[in-house]
Amino acid sequence: MIEFRSVTKTYPDGTDAVADFSLVVPAHTTTVLVGSSGSGKTTLLRMINRMVEPTSGSIEIDGEPIAQRDPVRLRRSIGYVLQNGGLLPHHRVIDNVATVLRLEGTPKQEAREKAAEVLDVVGLDRSLAQRYPSQLSGGQQQRVGVARALAADPNILLMDEPFGAVDPIVRAELQAETLRLQQELHKTVVFVTHDIDEAFLLGDQVVILSTGAQVAQVGSPSEIIENPADDFVASFIGTERGARALRTKHTDHGTVLVDGAGRTQGRLVESSS
Amino acid sequence: MDLFAEAIAWIFSTDTQSGSLPLSEAIATHLAFTVVSVLIAAVIAVPAGWLVGHTGRGREIAVGLSGAARAVPSFGLVLLLVLVFGVTHKVGASTTAFVLLAIPPILAGAYSGVEAVERRIVDGARAVGMTSSQVLGKVEIPLGLPLLIGGLRSATLQVVATVTLAGYVGSWGLGFYIVQGIQIRDFAQILGAALVIVVLAVLLDLLFALAERAVVPRGVRAGRDGR
Repeated sequence: MIEFRSVTKTYPDGTDAVADFSLVVPAHTTTVLVGSSGSGKTTLLRMINRMVEPTSGSIEIDGEPIAQRDPVRLRRSIGYVLQNGGLLPHHRVIDNVATVLRLEGTPKQEAREKAAEVLDVVGLDRSLAQRYPSQLSGGQQQRVGVARALAADPNILLMDEPFGAVDPIVRAELQAETLRLQQELHKTVVFVTHDIDEAFLLGDQVVILSTGAQVAQVGSPSEIIENPADDFVASFIGTERGARALRTKHTDHGTVLVDGAGRTQGRLVESSS
Repeated sequence: MDLFAEAIAWIFSTDTQSGSLPLSEAIATHLAFTVVSVLIAAVIAVPAGWLVGHTGRGREIAVGLSGAARAVPSFGLVLLLVLVFGVTHKVGASTTAFVLLAIPPILAGAYSGVEAVERRIVDGARAVGMTSSQVLGKVEIPLGLPLLIGGLRSATLQVVATVTLAGYVGSWGLGFYIVQGIQIRDFAQILGAALVIVVLAVLLDLLFALAERAVVPRGVRAGRDGR
Protein backbone atom coordinates (compact mmCIF):
# COMPACT_ATOMS: atom_id res chain seq x y z
CA MET A 1 0.00 0.00 0.00
CA ILE A 2 1.25 3.46 -0.88
CA GLU A 3 -0.14 6.46 0.93
CA PHE A 4 0.24 10.12 0.01
CA ARG A 5 -0.39 12.42 3.00
CA SER A 6 -0.99 16.10 2.11
CA VAL A 7 1.87 16.11 -0.35
CA THR A 8 2.89 19.45 -1.86
CA LYS A 9 5.55 20.16 -4.42
CA THR A 10 6.45 23.77 -5.02
CA TYR A 11 9.13 24.53 -7.57
CA PRO A 12 11.70 27.27 -6.85
CA ASP A 13 9.87 29.65 -9.23
CA GLY A 14 6.83 29.42 -6.97
CA THR A 15 4.56 27.24 -9.09
CA ASP A 16 2.74 24.44 -7.32
CA ALA A 17 3.09 21.24 -9.33
CA VAL A 18 1.24 19.41 -6.59
CA ALA A 19 -0.81 21.04 -3.86
CA ASP A 20 -1.98 19.17 -0.76
CA PHE A 21 -2.45 15.81 -2.43
CA SER A 22 -3.65 12.80 -0.47
CA LEU A 23 -4.35 9.34 -1.84
CA VAL A 24 -4.25 5.71 -0.84
CA VAL A 25 -2.98 3.29 -3.45
CA PRO A 26 -4.18 -0.17 -2.42
CA ALA A 27 -1.71 -3.05 -2.67
CA HIS A 28 -1.83 -5.57 -5.53
CA THR A 29 -4.08 -3.42 -7.70
CA THR A 30 -3.54 -0.98 -10.51
CA THR A 31 -4.08 2.71 -9.79
CA VAL A 32 -4.07 4.99 -12.80
CA LEU A 33 -3.32 8.70 -12.46
CA VAL A 34 -4.89 10.43 -15.42
CA GLY A 35 -4.87 14.08 -16.36
CA SER A 36 -3.78 16.42 -19.07
CA SER A 37 -0.28 17.84 -19.16
CA GLY A 38 0.45 20.12 -16.23
CA SER A 39 -1.72 18.06 -13.91
CA GLY A 40 1.35 16.96 -11.95
CA LYS A 41 0.73 13.27 -12.52
CA THR A 42 4.32 12.43 -13.44
CA THR A 43 5.56 14.49 -10.49
CA LEU A 44 3.37 12.41 -8.19
CA LEU A 45 4.71 9.20 -9.69
CA ARG A 46 8.32 10.29 -9.38
CA MET A 47 7.79 11.17 -5.72
CA ILE A 48 7.13 7.51 -4.97
CA ASN A 49 10.73 6.54 -5.79
CA ARG A 50 12.14 9.86 -4.58
CA MET A 51 13.17 11.06 -8.03
CA VAL A 52 11.27 14.15 -6.88
CA GLU A 53 11.22 15.21 -3.23
CA PRO A 54 7.98 16.68 -1.90
CA THR A 55 8.20 20.18 -0.44
CA SER A 56 5.92 19.12 2.38
CA GLY A 57 3.77 16.18 3.37
CA SER A 58 4.86 12.57 3.39
CA ILE A 59 4.58 9.39 1.38
CA GLU A 60 4.48 6.04 3.07
CA ILE A 61 4.94 2.57 1.67
CA ASP A 62 3.32 -0.07 3.89
CA GLY A 63 3.21 2.45 6.73
CA GLU A 64 6.87 3.37 6.49
CA PRO A 65 7.73 6.95 5.40
CA ILE A 66 9.98 6.78 2.36
CA ALA A 67 11.80 9.97 3.39
CA GLN A 68 13.68 7.81 5.89
CA ARG A 69 14.84 5.37 3.25
CA ASP A 70 17.99 5.61 1.16
CA PRO A 71 16.81 6.87 -2.27
CA VAL A 72 19.08 4.53 -4.24
CA ARG A 73 17.95 1.42 -2.32
CA LEU A 74 14.36 2.57 -2.54
CA ARG A 75 14.58 2.93 -6.34
CA ARG A 76 16.10 -0.50 -6.72
CA SER A 77 13.17 -1.98 -4.80
CA ILE A 78 10.62 -0.32 -7.10
CA GLY A 79 10.17 -1.13 -10.76
CA TYR A 80 10.04 1.92 -13.02
CA VAL A 81 8.98 1.94 -16.66
CA LEU A 82 9.77 5.19 -18.47
CA GLN A 83 7.88 6.73 -21.32
CA ASN A 84 10.59 6.17 -23.89
CA GLY A 85 12.14 3.07 -22.43
CA GLY A 86 15.10 4.98 -20.99
CA LEU A 87 17.23 1.94 -21.80
CA LEU A 88 21.01 2.10 -21.84
CA PRO A 89 21.91 2.27 -25.56
CA HIS A 90 25.36 0.76 -25.06
CA HIS A 91 24.14 -2.33 -23.20
CA ARG A 92 22.58 -5.38 -24.79
CA VAL A 93 18.93 -6.13 -24.10
CA ILE A 94 19.83 -8.90 -21.65
CA ASP A 95 22.13 -6.61 -19.67
CA ASN A 96 19.58 -3.81 -19.66
CA VAL A 97 17.08 -6.20 -18.10
CA ALA A 98 19.70 -7.43 -15.63
CA THR A 99 20.68 -3.86 -14.59
CA VAL A 100 19.00 -3.78 -11.18
CA LEU A 101 20.07 -7.33 -10.34
CA ARG A 102 23.66 -6.44 -11.16
CA LEU A 103 23.44 -3.23 -9.09
CA GLU A 104 22.25 -5.33 -6.19
CA GLY A 105 25.30 -7.56 -6.53
CA THR A 106 23.84 -10.64 -8.23
CA PRO A 107 26.64 -12.48 -10.10
CA LYS A 108 26.64 -11.77 -13.82
CA GLN A 109 25.68 -15.27 -15.00
CA GLU A 110 22.87 -15.63 -12.49
CA ALA A 111 21.56 -12.16 -13.32
CA ARG A 112 21.49 -12.96 -17.04
CA GLU A 113 19.65 -16.22 -16.46
CA LYS A 114 17.05 -14.41 -14.38
CA ALA A 115 16.83 -11.68 -17.03
CA ALA A 116 16.25 -14.27 -19.76
CA GLU A 117 13.34 -15.67 -17.75
CA VAL A 118 11.83 -12.21 -17.42
CA LEU A 119 12.09 -11.76 -21.20
CA ASP A 120 9.84 -14.81 -21.48
CA VAL A 121 7.41 -13.29 -18.98
CA VAL A 122 6.97 -10.10 -21.01
CA GLY A 123 6.69 -12.03 -24.26
CA LEU A 124 10.03 -11.18 -25.84
CA ASP A 125 11.83 -13.80 -27.86
CA ARG A 126 15.15 -14.80 -26.29
CA SER A 127 16.81 -14.34 -29.68
CA LEU A 128 16.53 -10.58 -29.06
CA ALA A 129 18.58 -10.83 -25.85
CA GLN A 130 21.90 -10.11 -27.57
CA ARG A 131 20.61 -7.12 -29.55
CA TYR A 132 21.04 -3.48 -28.61
CA PRO A 133 17.98 -1.32 -27.87
CA SER A 134 18.46 0.67 -31.09
CA GLN A 135 17.98 -2.55 -33.05
CA LEU A 136 14.49 -3.10 -31.63
CA SER A 137 11.11 -1.64 -32.57
CA GLY A 138 9.45 0.86 -30.24
CA GLY A 139 7.07 -1.76 -28.91
CA GLN A 140 9.90 -4.21 -28.26
CA GLN A 141 11.86 -1.49 -26.46
CA GLN A 142 8.88 -0.85 -24.17
CA ARG A 143 8.68 -4.56 -23.39
CA VAL A 144 12.38 -4.49 -22.49
CA GLY A 145 11.61 -1.51 -20.26
CA VAL A 146 8.87 -3.51 -18.52
CA ALA A 147 11.19 -6.52 -18.23
CA ARG A 148 13.89 -4.36 -16.65
CA ALA A 149 11.38 -3.01 -14.14
CA LEU A 150 10.21 -6.53 -13.24
CA ALA A 151 13.61 -8.24 -13.14
CA ALA A 152 14.31 -7.75 -9.46
CA ASP A 153 10.75 -8.82 -8.63
CA PRO A 154 9.65 -5.55 -6.96
CA ASN A 155 6.32 -5.25 -5.18
CA ILE A 156 5.65 -1.88 -6.71
CA LEU A 157 5.70 -1.00 -10.39
CA LEU A 158 5.63 2.61 -11.56
CA MET A 159 4.71 3.21 -15.19
CA ASP A 160 5.09 6.70 -16.63
CA GLU A 161 3.07 6.94 -19.85
CA PRO A 162 4.80 3.77 -20.98
CA PHE A 163 2.81 3.36 -24.17
CA GLY A 164 2.61 7.01 -25.20
CA ALA A 165 5.18 6.78 -27.96
CA VAL A 166 4.08 3.65 -29.82
CA ASP A 167 1.50 3.31 -32.58
CA PRO A 168 -2.11 2.46 -31.67
CA ILE A 169 -1.94 -1.20 -32.71
CA VAL A 170 1.19 -1.87 -30.67
CA ARG A 171 -0.29 0.17 -27.82
CA ALA A 172 -3.38 -2.06 -27.72
CA GLU A 173 -1.12 -5.10 -27.72
CA LEU A 174 0.99 -3.76 -24.85
CA GLN A 175 -2.13 -2.80 -22.87
CA ALA A 176 -3.50 -6.34 -23.22
CA GLU A 177 -0.10 -7.66 -22.18
CA THR A 178 -0.08 -5.39 -19.12
CA LEU A 179 -3.48 -6.70 -18.06
CA ARG A 180 -2.32 -10.30 -18.49
CA LEU A 181 0.90 -9.64 -16.54
CA GLN A 182 -1.00 -7.99 -13.71
CA GLN A 183 -3.36 -10.99 -13.44
CA GLU A 184 -0.30 -13.20 -13.01
CA LEU A 185 1.92 -11.01 -10.87
CA HIS A 186 -0.43 -8.91 -8.68
CA LYS A 187 1.98 -6.01 -8.32
CA THR A 188 0.99 -2.69 -6.82
CA VAL A 189 0.97 -0.71 -10.03
CA VAL A 190 0.86 3.07 -10.32
CA PHE A 191 0.28 4.02 -13.93
CA VAL A 192 0.35 7.52 -15.38
CA THR A 193 -1.39 8.41 -18.63
CA HIS A 194 -3.26 11.23 -20.33
CA ASP A 195 -5.41 8.72 -22.22
CA ILE A 196 -8.70 8.22 -20.38
CA ASP A 197 -9.51 5.08 -22.36
CA GLU A 198 -6.21 3.55 -21.30
CA ALA A 199 -6.95 4.57 -17.71
CA PHE A 200 -10.38 2.89 -17.74
CA LEU A 201 -8.96 -0.20 -19.43
CA LEU A 202 -6.08 -0.80 -17.04
CA GLY A 203 -7.15 0.79 -13.77
CA ASP A 204 -8.80 -0.86 -10.81
CA GLN A 205 -8.74 2.59 -9.28
CA VAL A 206 -8.68 5.65 -11.50
CA VAL A 207 -7.64 9.08 -10.18
CA ILE A 208 -8.65 12.00 -12.37
CA LEU A 209 -6.43 15.02 -11.81
CA SER A 210 -6.91 18.63 -12.76
CA THR A 211 -4.24 21.34 -12.66
CA GLY A 212 -1.90 21.23 -9.66
CA ALA A 213 -2.74 17.57 -8.99
CA GLN A 214 -6.15 18.47 -7.58
CA VAL A 215 -8.13 15.25 -7.33
CA ALA A 216 -11.26 15.66 -9.42
CA GLN A 217 -12.52 12.16 -8.74
CA VAL A 218 -11.27 8.82 -7.47
CA GLY A 219 -13.08 5.58 -8.13
CA SER A 220 -13.38 2.48 -10.22
CA PRO A 221 -13.93 3.06 -13.94
CA SER A 222 -17.59 2.06 -13.57
CA GLU A 223 -18.18 4.43 -10.68
CA ILE A 224 -16.67 7.32 -12.60
CA ILE A 225 -18.57 6.70 -15.82
CA GLU A 226 -21.84 6.09 -14.00
CA ASN A 227 -21.52 9.08 -11.75
CA PRO A 228 -19.03 11.75 -12.76
CA ALA A 229 -18.30 14.01 -9.79
CA ASP A 230 -18.59 17.26 -11.73
CA ASP A 231 -18.61 18.88 -15.16
CA PHE A 232 -14.81 18.75 -15.40
CA VAL A 233 -14.80 14.98 -14.99
CA ALA A 234 -17.77 14.55 -17.30
CA SER A 235 -16.10 16.51 -20.05
CA PHE A 236 -12.69 14.92 -19.40
CA ILE A 237 -14.03 11.39 -19.73
CA GLY A 238 -16.35 12.47 -22.53
CA THR A 239 -19.70 11.21 -21.26
CA GLU A 240 -21.42 13.66 -23.59
CA ARG A 241 -19.82 12.44 -26.75
CA GLY A 242 -18.36 9.61 -28.77
CA ALA A 243 -18.64 6.04 -27.64
CA ARG A 244 -19.60 7.03 -24.09
CA ALA A 245 -22.89 8.76 -24.99
CA LEU A 246 -24.99 6.09 -26.64
CA ARG A 247 -28.68 5.76 -27.24
CA THR A 248 -30.63 2.79 -28.40
CA LYS A 249 -32.03 2.44 -31.88
CA HIS A 250 -34.41 -0.29 -32.91
CA THR A 251 -33.70 -2.01 -36.20
CA ASP A 252 -35.13 -5.08 -37.93
CA HIS A 253 -32.20 -7.08 -36.62
CA GLY A 254 -32.48 -6.06 -32.98
CA THR A 255 -31.58 -3.10 -30.83
CA VAL A 256 -28.29 -1.32 -31.52
CA LEU A 257 -26.48 1.50 -29.77
CA VAL A 258 -25.64 4.65 -31.70
CA ASP A 259 -23.56 7.68 -30.74
CA GLY A 260 -24.39 11.35 -31.02
CA ALA A 261 -23.47 11.45 -34.68
CA GLY A 262 -25.73 8.51 -35.44
CA ARG A 263 -22.94 6.04 -36.02
CA THR A 264 -23.65 2.56 -34.74
CA GLN A 265 -21.20 1.64 -32.00
CA GLY A 266 -22.49 -1.76 -30.94
CA ARG A 267 -25.42 -4.04 -30.30
CA LEU A 268 -27.55 -4.12 -27.19
CA VAL A 269 -27.30 -7.62 -25.73
CA GLU A 270 -30.06 -8.26 -23.19
CA SER A 271 -28.82 -10.14 -20.17
CA SER A 272 -30.72 -13.34 -19.47
CA SER A 273 -31.47 -12.49 -15.84
CA MET B 1 67.12 22.40 -57.97
CA ASP B 2 63.70 21.62 -56.67
CA LEU B 3 63.54 22.56 -52.97
CA PHE B 4 61.13 19.70 -52.25
CA ALA B 5 63.48 17.15 -53.73
CA GLU B 6 66.30 18.64 -51.66
CA ALA B 7 64.18 18.53 -48.54
CA ILE B 8 63.33 14.89 -49.09
CA ALA B 9 66.96 14.14 -49.87
CA TRP B 10 67.81 15.85 -46.56
CA ILE B 11 65.37 13.64 -44.66
CA PHE B 12 66.94 10.45 -46.02
CA SER B 13 70.59 11.54 -46.12
CA THR B 14 73.06 9.65 -43.91
CA ASP B 15 74.22 12.92 -42.38
CA THR B 16 70.74 13.55 -41.04
CA GLN B 17 70.55 10.03 -39.59
CA SER B 18 73.87 10.26 -37.81
CA GLY B 19 74.65 13.96 -37.28
CA SER B 20 74.96 15.77 -33.97
CA LEU B 21 71.17 15.22 -33.56
CA PRO B 22 70.10 12.08 -35.45
CA LEU B 23 66.64 12.35 -37.03
CA SER B 24 65.33 9.28 -35.19
CA GLU B 25 66.33 10.83 -31.88
CA ALA B 26 64.70 14.14 -32.79
CA ILE B 27 61.47 12.35 -33.74
CA ALA B 28 61.56 10.34 -30.51
CA THR B 29 62.08 13.48 -28.39
CA HIS B 30 59.38 15.31 -30.31
CA LEU B 31 56.91 12.46 -29.74
CA ALA B 32 57.95 12.09 -26.11
CA PHE B 33 57.25 15.79 -25.45
CA THR B 34 53.90 15.44 -27.17
CA VAL B 35 52.81 12.24 -25.44
CA VAL B 36 53.98 13.24 -21.97
CA SER B 37 52.38 16.70 -22.21
CA VAL B 38 49.06 15.32 -23.45
CA LEU B 39 49.08 12.60 -20.81
CA ILE B 40 49.71 15.07 -17.97
CA ALA B 41 47.03 17.36 -19.37
CA ALA B 42 44.62 14.42 -19.61
CA VAL B 43 45.26 13.38 -16.01
CA ILE B 44 44.26 16.90 -14.94
CA ALA B 45 41.55 17.77 -17.46
CA VAL B 46 39.67 14.50 -17.93
CA PRO B 47 38.49 14.00 -14.34
CA ALA B 48 37.81 17.73 -14.04
CA GLY B 49 35.79 17.72 -17.27
CA TRP B 50 33.80 14.66 -16.22
CA LEU B 51 32.95 16.31 -12.92
CA VAL B 52 31.90 19.54 -14.63
CA GLY B 53 29.74 17.59 -17.12
CA HIS B 54 28.25 15.37 -14.43
CA THR B 55 27.43 18.01 -11.84
CA GLY B 56 26.94 20.97 -14.19
CA ARG B 57 28.97 23.00 -11.68
CA GLY B 58 31.85 25.13 -12.87
CA ARG B 59 30.56 24.93 -16.41
CA GLU B 60 30.98 28.65 -17.05
CA ILE B 61 34.57 28.48 -15.84
CA ALA B 62 35.31 25.50 -18.08
CA VAL B 63 33.72 27.11 -21.12
CA GLY B 64 35.50 30.40 -20.49
CA LEU B 65 38.82 28.69 -19.93
CA SER B 66 38.58 26.66 -23.14
CA GLY B 67 37.63 29.75 -25.09
CA ALA B 68 40.23 32.09 -23.60
CA ALA B 69 43.04 29.56 -23.97
CA ARG B 70 42.64 29.58 -27.74
CA ALA B 71 43.80 33.18 -27.73
CA VAL B 72 47.01 32.47 -25.80
CA PRO B 73 50.03 32.72 -28.13
CA SER B 74 51.90 29.44 -27.69
CA PHE B 75 55.33 30.83 -28.52
CA GLY B 76 54.93 33.58 -25.96
CA LEU B 77 53.80 31.08 -23.35
CA VAL B 78 56.84 28.85 -23.90
CA LEU B 79 59.27 31.78 -23.66
CA LEU B 80 57.49 33.25 -20.67
CA LEU B 81 57.61 29.97 -18.75
CA VAL B 82 61.29 29.49 -19.56
CA LEU B 83 61.91 32.93 -18.09
CA VAL B 84 59.76 32.19 -15.07
CA PHE B 85 61.17 28.71 -14.41
CA GLY B 86 64.73 29.77 -15.20
CA VAL B 87 66.92 28.57 -18.05
CA THR B 88 68.05 25.53 -16.09
CA HIS B 89 64.53 24.13 -16.20
CA LYS B 90 63.88 24.41 -19.92
CA VAL B 91 62.36 20.91 -20.19
CA GLY B 92 60.01 21.53 -17.31
CA ALA B 93 59.10 24.97 -18.58
CA SER B 94 58.39 23.78 -22.12
CA THR B 95 56.42 20.79 -20.93
CA THR B 96 54.35 22.98 -18.63
CA ALA B 97 53.56 25.26 -21.56
CA PHE B 98 52.45 22.32 -23.71
CA VAL B 99 50.35 20.91 -20.86
CA LEU B 100 48.63 24.28 -20.46
CA LEU B 101 47.90 24.35 -24.18
CA ALA B 102 46.55 20.79 -24.17
CA ILE B 103 44.21 21.20 -21.19
CA PRO B 104 41.42 23.30 -22.75
CA PRO B 105 40.53 21.00 -25.68
CA ILE B 106 40.68 17.93 -23.43
CA LEU B 107 38.56 19.64 -20.79
CA ALA B 108 36.03 20.62 -23.44
CA GLY B 109 35.94 17.09 -24.86
CA ALA B 110 35.43 15.54 -21.43
CA TYR B 111 32.63 17.80 -20.23
CA SER B 112 30.82 18.07 -23.54
CA GLY B 113 30.95 14.27 -23.91
CA VAL B 114 29.23 13.80 -20.57
CA GLU B 115 26.79 16.64 -21.21
CA ALA B 116 25.83 15.29 -24.62
CA VAL B 117 24.40 12.09 -23.15
CA GLU B 118 20.62 12.27 -23.53
CA ARG B 119 18.91 13.37 -20.32
CA ARG B 120 16.31 10.63 -20.55
CA ILE B 121 19.04 7.96 -20.53
CA VAL B 122 20.63 9.50 -17.44
CA ASP B 123 17.20 9.87 -15.84
CA GLY B 124 16.45 6.21 -16.56
CA ALA B 125 19.74 5.14 -15.03
CA ARG B 126 19.02 7.10 -11.84
CA ALA B 127 15.44 5.88 -11.71
CA VAL B 128 16.41 2.21 -11.67
CA GLY B 129 18.73 2.88 -8.73
CA MET B 130 22.17 3.81 -9.94
CA THR B 131 24.17 5.98 -7.56
CA SER B 132 25.53 9.24 -8.87
CA SER B 133 28.98 7.74 -9.42
CA GLN B 134 27.48 4.69 -11.14
CA VAL B 135 25.61 6.99 -13.51
CA LEU B 136 28.91 8.70 -14.30
CA GLY B 137 30.94 5.52 -14.62
CA LYS B 138 28.49 3.20 -16.34
CA VAL B 139 26.53 5.64 -18.48
CA GLU B 140 28.00 9.11 -18.96
CA ILE B 141 31.67 8.20 -19.40
CA PRO B 142 31.22 5.33 -21.88
CA LEU B 143 28.67 7.26 -23.94
CA GLY B 144 30.77 10.44 -23.84
CA LEU B 145 33.99 8.73 -24.90
CA PRO B 146 33.88 9.68 -28.61
CA LEU B 147 33.81 13.40 -27.78
CA LEU B 148 36.59 12.97 -25.23
CA ILE B 149 38.78 11.26 -27.82
CA GLY B 150 37.97 14.16 -30.14
CA GLY B 151 39.29 16.54 -27.47
CA LEU B 152 42.46 14.48 -27.03
CA ARG B 153 42.83 14.50 -30.80
CA SER B 154 42.82 18.27 -31.16
CA ALA B 155 45.04 18.62 -28.07
CA THR B 156 47.59 16.22 -29.52
CA LEU B 157 47.64 17.93 -32.90
CA GLN B 158 48.07 21.31 -31.30
CA VAL B 159 50.90 20.08 -29.08
CA VAL B 160 52.73 18.15 -31.81
CA ALA B 161 52.85 21.35 -33.84
CA THR B 162 53.80 23.51 -30.87
CA VAL B 163 56.60 21.23 -29.63
CA THR B 164 58.51 22.57 -32.65
CA LEU B 165 58.97 25.75 -30.61
CA ALA B 166 60.98 23.77 -28.07
CA GLY B 167 63.75 23.92 -30.65
CA TYR B 168 64.14 27.59 -29.80
CA VAL B 169 64.81 27.01 -26.12
CA GLY B 170 66.77 23.77 -26.31
CA SER B 171 68.45 21.55 -28.84
CA TRP B 172 65.68 19.02 -28.98
CA GLY B 173 62.98 17.82 -31.24
CA LEU B 174 62.33 18.49 -34.87
CA GLY B 175 62.19 22.20 -34.14
CA PHE B 176 65.94 22.19 -33.61
CA TYR B 177 66.53 21.54 -37.33
CA ILE B 178 64.27 24.42 -38.24
CA VAL B 179 65.94 26.85 -35.84
CA GLN B 180 69.37 25.69 -36.95
CA GLY B 181 68.30 25.78 -40.60
CA ILE B 182 67.23 29.38 -40.29
CA GLN B 183 70.57 30.32 -38.77
CA ILE B 184 72.64 28.56 -41.46
CA ARG B 185 70.13 29.38 -44.24
CA ASP B 186 69.64 25.72 -45.11
CA PHE B 187 66.14 25.79 -46.60
CA ALA B 188 66.18 22.11 -47.49
CA GLN B 189 66.71 21.27 -43.81
CA ILE B 190 63.91 23.63 -42.71
CA LEU B 191 61.45 22.20 -45.19
CA GLY B 192 62.61 18.64 -44.54
CA ALA B 193 62.01 18.97 -40.79
CA ALA B 194 58.67 20.67 -41.41
CA LEU B 195 57.63 17.77 -43.65
CA VAL B 196 58.51 15.26 -40.96
CA ILE B 197 56.36 17.21 -38.48
CA VAL B 198 53.48 17.22 -40.94
CA VAL B 199 53.76 13.46 -41.44
CA LEU B 200 53.84 12.95 -37.66
CA ALA B 201 50.74 15.10 -37.25
CA VAL B 202 48.87 13.27 -40.01
CA LEU B 203 49.77 9.88 -38.55
CA LEU B 204 48.66 10.91 -35.06
CA ASP B 205 45.44 12.33 -36.47
CA LEU B 206 44.77 9.07 -38.29
CA LEU B 207 45.41 7.12 -35.10
CA PHE B 208 42.89 9.24 -33.22
CA ALA B 209 40.37 9.03 -36.03
CA LEU B 210 40.50 5.24 -35.70
CA ALA B 211 40.29 5.44 -31.90
CA GLU B 212 37.31 7.78 -32.11
CA ARG B 213 35.48 5.25 -34.24
CA ALA B 214 36.49 2.37 -32.03
CA VAL B 215 35.12 3.91 -28.83
CA VAL B 216 31.62 4.55 -30.16
CA PRO B 217 29.66 2.07 -28.02
CA ARG B 218 28.46 -0.85 -30.12
CA GLY B 219 24.80 -0.33 -29.42
CA VAL B 220 25.05 3.31 -30.44
CA ARG B 221 26.85 2.47 -33.65
CA ALA B 222 24.36 -0.29 -34.41
CA GLY B 223 21.58 2.28 -34.28
CA ARG B 224 23.48 4.81 -36.33
CA ASP B 225 24.33 2.39 -39.15
CA GLY B 226 20.74 1.18 -39.35
CA ARG B 227 19.54 -2.31 -38.61
